[in-house]
Amino acid sequence: MRRMFPILAVLVALAAAWYAAVAPMNIRTALDQAKRAGAVVTPEGARVRHEVSVWRLLAANSEHIPAAYSLDRPRLPTPGQVAGELWKTTGEMALRGRAFSKRSLLYHGWITLQATLWGFALGTTLGILGAIAIVYSRVADMSLMPWAIISQTIPIVALAPMIIVLSSQVGVEGRGVPKAIISAYLCYFPVLVGMVKGLRSPAPSQLDLLKTYNASARQSFFKLRLPASVPYLFASLKVGIAAALVGTIVGELPTGAISGLGARILIGDQFGTPLAIWAALFAAALLAGALVTLLDVIQRITLRRMGVHP
Amino acid sequence: MSLLLALGFWLGAWGANIAIANSRWRRSLPARVAVPVLFGLALLVLWEGLVRFFEVPGVILPPPSEVWAAIQRSPDLLWEDFRQTVLKGALSGYLIGCGAAFLTAILIDRSPFLTKGLLPIGNFVAALPIVGIAPILVSWYGFDWHSKAAVVVVMVFFPVLINAVQGLRESDTMQRDLMRTYGASYWQTLLKLRLPAAMPFLFNGLKIASTLALIGAIVAEYFGSPTRGMGFRISTGVGRLSIDLVWAEIAVAAVAGTVFYGVVAFIEARVTFWHPSHRRK
Repeated sequence: MRRMFPILAVLVALAAAWYAAVAPMNIRTALDQAKRAGAVVTPEGARVRHEVSVWRLLAANSEHIPAAYSLDRPRLPTPGQVAGELWKTTGEMALRGRAFSKRSLLYHGWITLQATLWGFALGTTLGILGAIAIVYSRVADMSLMPWAIISQTIPIVALAPMIIVLSSQVGVEGRGVPKAIISAYLCYFPVLVGMVKGLRSPAPSQLDLLKTYNASARQSFFKLRLPASVPYLFASLKVGIAAALVGTIVGELPTGAISGLGARILIGDQFGTPLAIWAALFAAALLAGALVTLLDVIQRITLRRMGVHP
Repeated sequence: MSLLLALGFWLGAWGANIAIANSRWRRSLPARVAVPVLFGLALLVLWEGLVRFFEVPGVILPPPSEVWAAIQRSPDLLWEDFRQTVLKGALSGYLIGCGAAFLTAILIDRSPFLTKGLLPIGNFVAALPIVGIAPILVSWYGFDWHSKAAVVVVMVFFPVLINAVQGLRESDTMQRDLMRTYGASYWQTLLKLRLPAAMPFLFNGLKIASTLALIGAIVAEYFGSPTRGMGFRISTGVGRLSIDLVWAEIAVAAVAGTVFYGVVAFIEARVTFWHPSHRRK
C-alpha cells in the first residue's frame, strides 16, 4: 500500500491535468456549436474568435464551458468520455451477447492479439536460434550481431507497406501473416540480445567443471547454459511482447487494414470520430499491460520453481 | 547463370568470413568491419541473383541495382523528403523530447515521492504502443512537420525519462557521502558525480529514442502530410506502383536510421569513455 500511494497520487494528478486541459482544447468547437444553436457568444464573429486567445474565450464565455466537456467529436475527450466509449464497445456489447460483432473492440483486440502472439512466437524463436548461433559460432557472432543492431535502426514502418504488397503477391491471403512478420521484426531483437547475454552468463569455472565431468556439448547446453539463461530470457520476453504489440499496430496503421486495434485508430481518423481513436488507444494500452503482467506472473512462477531468487 | 554467380559469391563470402573469423587477425578492426560488410554484400548479391533468375517483375521486388539506379535518378526528390521527414520532423522532435525528458528527470529526481510515483508509470507507458497517438496529434497540429515532431516528442519522452531517472540514482551512497564530506552543494554533486554516473543509462535511452524517432515521424506522415516526406512518398508510391522509388526511400530511411544511431553511439563512446563497456581492451 505504501508503494502504491505515490503512484496513485501521480495518476490522480495526471487525470486532473487532463481534465483541466479539456476546456481550453475544446472551447472553440463548443462556441461554434453554441453559436449555431443560437446562443449568445462573445465575440460574435467566427473569424474574430479565431484570433482571440483560448484563455480570453474561456473568461468571456464561462457559461459555455460545460458544453466543452460533452462534445460529440471533441479535440480532446474527457477521461470519462473515453471510459464510456470503451465500455460501450466492450462490456456493454458483451452483455448484449454481441461480444464479437465487428463494432466491438473485443473483436478487434482479438485480431490484434492473434497477430501479436504469432509475431511473438516467430520473433522469440528467431531470437533464441540466433542467440545460440552467435554463442556457438564465431562467424555468426562477427557477421550477425552488427546486422541485428542495424536491423533495429531501420524504420520498419517504411518497410511495412512493402511487406504487405510482397506477401499478397506471393499468394498469402489476409493481413495476418505480414502483420506477424512486422511484429516479429521488432520483437526478435530484445530476445536475441537477452539470450546471448544469458547463454554467456555461466562462469568459466562452471563450464570447466562440466568439462571435467566429460559432458558433451549438448549436455552442457541443456544442463548449464540454457537454465542459466532463463532469467535473462524472461526479462527480454517482457520487452519483446510489448515490442510485438507495437509492431502489430504499426502493421495495421499505414496499410488500410479493416480489422484490428490499429485499424480502428485508422478508421476513427478517416471518419473523424476521435472517441473511437481514444478508445482503441486505451484498449491497446490495456492489452499491452495485460500481456506484460501475464509474462511477469509466468516469470515469477518459473523462477520460483527453478529455485532462483531474484 | 546469374543464380550460379550469386550462389557462388555467397558461398565464397561465407568461406572468406569463416577464414577471417578463425584467423589470427580476428580481433583487429579491419576484420571486425570486413566480416559484417561481406555478410551484407552477400545478401545483396543473393537478392539480385534470385530476382534476375526467377525474373520477378520490378513492380513486385526490384533488384538492388534498379533501386540504386532509382536513387541516382532522383537525388533532389530524395533529399527533399529526407529534409522534411528526418531533419525537420524526426530530429527536431528528438531534440525537444529528449531535452524535456532530461529536464523532467532532474526535476522529479529532487523528490523521492515523485520518483516513486512516476517511475512505475513511466515504465508502463514506455511499453505502450504510443505510435497510435499519431492521428490525434496530426489533427491537432496540422499536416506539416510540426505534428510529426509532436509525435516524436511523445514517443521518445518516456524511454529517455525512465533511463535518466534510473541513471541519476546510480551513484552509490559512499560516493554521495564523500561529496558531502567535501561540502559539495547540490549542483556540484549533480554536475560532478551524478550526471556523469547517469550517462551510460541516459545514452541507453537516447539510443532507443533514436530508432523510435524515425518510426514516429514516418508513421505520422501516413496520416496526412504536405506533398513531400518519406512516409508520403512511400504510401503514394505503393499506390502508383513506382516500387523502385519506394525501395529507394526505404534505403534512404535505413541509412538515415543507422547513421542517426551511429552518431549517438559515437558520442556515447566519447562521453562515457570510462565505462567498462567502452574501455580499450
